[in-house]
Amino acid sequence: MSNVSVDAKQTASDNQPENTNRRKFLTVATSVIGGIGAVGAAVPFVASWNPSAKAKAAGADVEVDISGIAPGQLIRVMWRSKPVWVVRRTPELLSSLEAHEDQLRDPNSENEQQPAFAQNRYRSLKDEYLVLVGICTHLGCSPQHLAEGAFAEYAEGVAEGFFCPCHGSKFDMAGRVFAGVPAPLNLVVPPYQYLDDNTLLIGSEA
Amino acid sequence: MKKLLLAIALLVPSLAFAAGSLHPLDKADYDLTDQASLQNGARIFMNYCLGCHQQQYQRYSRTFADLGIPTDLGTEYLQFTGEKPTDYITSPMPQADAAVWFGAPPPDLTLVARVRGADWLYTYLRTFYVDDSKTFGVNNLVFPNVGMPHVLQELQGTPRISYEEAMVDGEMVERYVGIVADGNGELNAEEYDKAILDLVNYLEYTGEPSRLESEALGKGVLIFIFIFFVFAYLLKKDYWRGIKK
Amino acid sequence: MNALLNWFEQRIPLMRVANMHAIQYPAPVNMNFWYVFGFLATIVLVNQIVTGIWLTMNFEPSAERAFASVEYIMREVDYGWLIRYMHSTGASAFFIVVYMHMFRGMIYGSYQKPRELLWVFGMLIYLALMAEAFMGYVLPWGQMSYWGAQVIVSLFSAIPVIGPDLVVWIQGDYVISGATLNRFFALHVIALPLVIVILVFLHIIALHEVGSNNPDGIAIKHKKGSLSEEEKTNYEIHEYYTSKYDIADDVVPFFPHIVLKDLVAFSIFLAGFAYVMFFAPEMGGKFLEHPNFEIANPLKTPEHIFPVWYFTPFYAILKAVPDKLFGVLTMFGAIAALFALPWLDRGNVRSWRYRSGLHKWNLIIFAIVFIFLGYLGGTPQENWKIIASQIATVMYFGFFGLLWIYSKNEKTKPVPTRIR
Repeated sequence: MSNVSVDAKQTASDNQPENTNRRKFLTVATSVIGGIGAVGAAVPFVASWNPSAKAKAAGADVEVDISGIAPGQLIRVMWRSKPVWVVRRTPELLSSLEAHEDQLRDPNSENEQQPAFAQNRYRSLKDEYLVLVGICTHLGCSPQHLAEGAFAEYAEGVAEGFFCPCHGSKFDMAGRVFAGVPAPLNLVVPPYQYLDDNTLLIGSEA
Repeated sequence: MKKLLLAIALLVPSLAFAAGSLHPLDKADYDLTDQASLQNGARIFMNYCLGCHQQQYQRYSRTFADLGIPTDLGTEYLQFTGEKPTDYITSPMPQADAAVWFGAPPPDLTLVARVRGADWLYTYLRTFYVDDSKTFGVNNLVFPNVGMPHVLQELQGTPRISYEEAMVDGEMVERYVGIVADGNGELNAEEYDKAILDLVNYLEYTGEPSRLESEALGKGVLIFIFIFFVFAYLLKKDYWRGIKK
Repeated sequence: MNALLNWFEQRIPLMRVANMHAIQYPAPVNMNFWYVFGFLATIVLVNQIVTGIWLTMNFEPSAERAFASVEYIMREVDYGWLIRYMHSTGASAFFIVVYMHMFRGMIYGSYQKPRELLWVFGMLIYLALMAEAFMGYVLPWGQMSYWGAQVIVSLFSAIPVIGPDLVVWIQGDYVISGATLNRFFALHVIALPLVIVILVFLHIIALHEVGSNNPDGIAIKHKKGSLSEEEKTNYEIHEYYTSKYDIADDVVPFFPHIVLKDLVAFSIFLAGFAYVMFFAPEMGGKFLEHPNFEIANPLKTPEHIFPVWYFTPFYAILKAVPDKLFGVLTMFGAIAALFALPWLDRGNVRSWRYRSGLHKWNLIIFAIVFIFLGYLGGTPQENWKIIASQIATVMYFGFFGLLWIYSKNEKTKPVPTRIR
């Protein structure tokens, strides 16, 4: 453009919208749609952090044959990469659970640390068999099973229980936490069901 | 500029795959939305292929879910080796032994449709023919000297290569007609083709289990992009109105 | 709010940098569609980095697990298939936009003085991008990954004396192996992305120092005091530019004008990208080659080996020369010639709009030859292709030779001093 005249000159004021409302509307609409698009684009990236099919397969229900467990014995099985204890409790042990309830933090299992069927003194479906996730509710260590009087050293008058070596939390043989220890809650009872008299299915309720 | 674009368009190579000399590749008209076909394909795979070939990247449970097969039915009718539904589809045949028996381990078939293409598979599985000079007594038209027995023979019957006499330029020559089974199989020719199409459909599915999900999501995304384009375009127009270049 | 912004501004010049480089940057008003590819390349770079980070969360860089872990991503990770396809489609998209971006630079003379270094930084990005793409293609550990790596790494064996030892050193083994895969992984996910990001930064800084070229190849920055008030732009341009030059009334500010234009281009590009990604991620075996869905097998070479499409022009040049060392040299020479473009072109008119018909045809034929070489390098060898690729190779270098000859005394059209 060789002969620039003031009239022909492009000025910033030419750029004023003919219709301010229209421009406002378009700006807002484009921004909102763009924002929705950005959020939508983020969805796959967020979702990809969910447990994968592999993790879910490893987290599938586990069948446990309990016919071979001797009275008083504890076996460990893996469920969702976590230790699960199955204990066959003797009648004497079951009857002793009432005696120390005054030393417990939550003797009636009022906190939801178990399926509804296990909100009882024995915290189990059938009294004889105790099923617990063997991970301390404090910071995730796996407590030790102390039997034959070894537990009395930690809790007066209680012969058997679980003791966490990490920070000294104590649980009785129903997984109930003692008062005055770091762990705030009872041990978790996982969902489980009996497929038949000798087979437990850990992971889902009937 | 138009000339340039035209030249580019003309030069884009066409993707025609040359097939075996005798039998050009037949078109596999598979349909990933046809669950009955996929289920039949899965049945054929589990019964005839899985003896040697694995699908070690795919789980039974994923297959069952995508193909609309209830897990208990799938476990009962499609799993023969006592594996869990969440296990990968692996072959009971020790792969190292198989390598010795067949000269090479039987290839994993999870992705075979993406390696070979559906048309190739569809043609390959229908062009075995009796050839007594080979170890397994059969040869293949699109895979010459194939190192695999014709495991689907009980379905197809004994396939023989068929020629016809024809007059070409005054000379009698033998001309290839096709593969003809002798009728002692469980299926007739049409049923066999359908069964193979189902199997190819299934292999196409396992090659890319996300295909249908991808296309469904893709449609939504494209519509969304179009809406965004319209608004972005109008906004750009609004700001550039009256600006001379 | 303002006080908070000021507090930050006094400590880190965020607004000043944003104003200078992204808002009040003077952009020529006549930038056409060829000018969107730089922006698109940046978008694709971001896409590659983000999806790449997500892929490393599940990829396992070992010869035993690499292939299986890619299939794990494709099947078992939620939306893993989408993230993987975004990355693989992005790789090809990157080269598409970069080739367009480079050709734009060629037709409008954006490599000429004073933009030589800008062009060289761009070429360095292109080189790093090729290394990045090559190593990335090895990671899925399919048949093409393996044998492609085998062929490319073997190029170095053509170097006299040290060649064979160099190849073993690069591989970390006597063949392409898990050791090679692991080092390529490290380079692909850390080293080269860093290099590319730094080079992109330098590319942009260099661009903003010399200013954007335009389809007319006319400067929008004029000597201080040479323009009357009427001739200067009324838009608010950052004083970094106005204090040194008179900015002609030929510009618009980068924001919102250019940004909006790029946004429209972006949505069109995104539609094409999404179409390929969702409906044809293999792109007929061009973006993801069929043999690469088979795990690497050191005992069996696929029937035909091709690099991915973006390397095939150079691969055709390599194959055209019937001598190993000379072939490799010719191939690298083809890239080196592009580096030298600012000095091979001795003309002082930038845009092909004002240059000779010879120059226009030279550029068009060069583009066609480049695409034709790509076709030759990406399809099975046939007899006629050998002679064809030799002719095309000569024509490829002929572009540079001719340019050097005719640009000295080229008959050009008069170039206007102003865009409008």
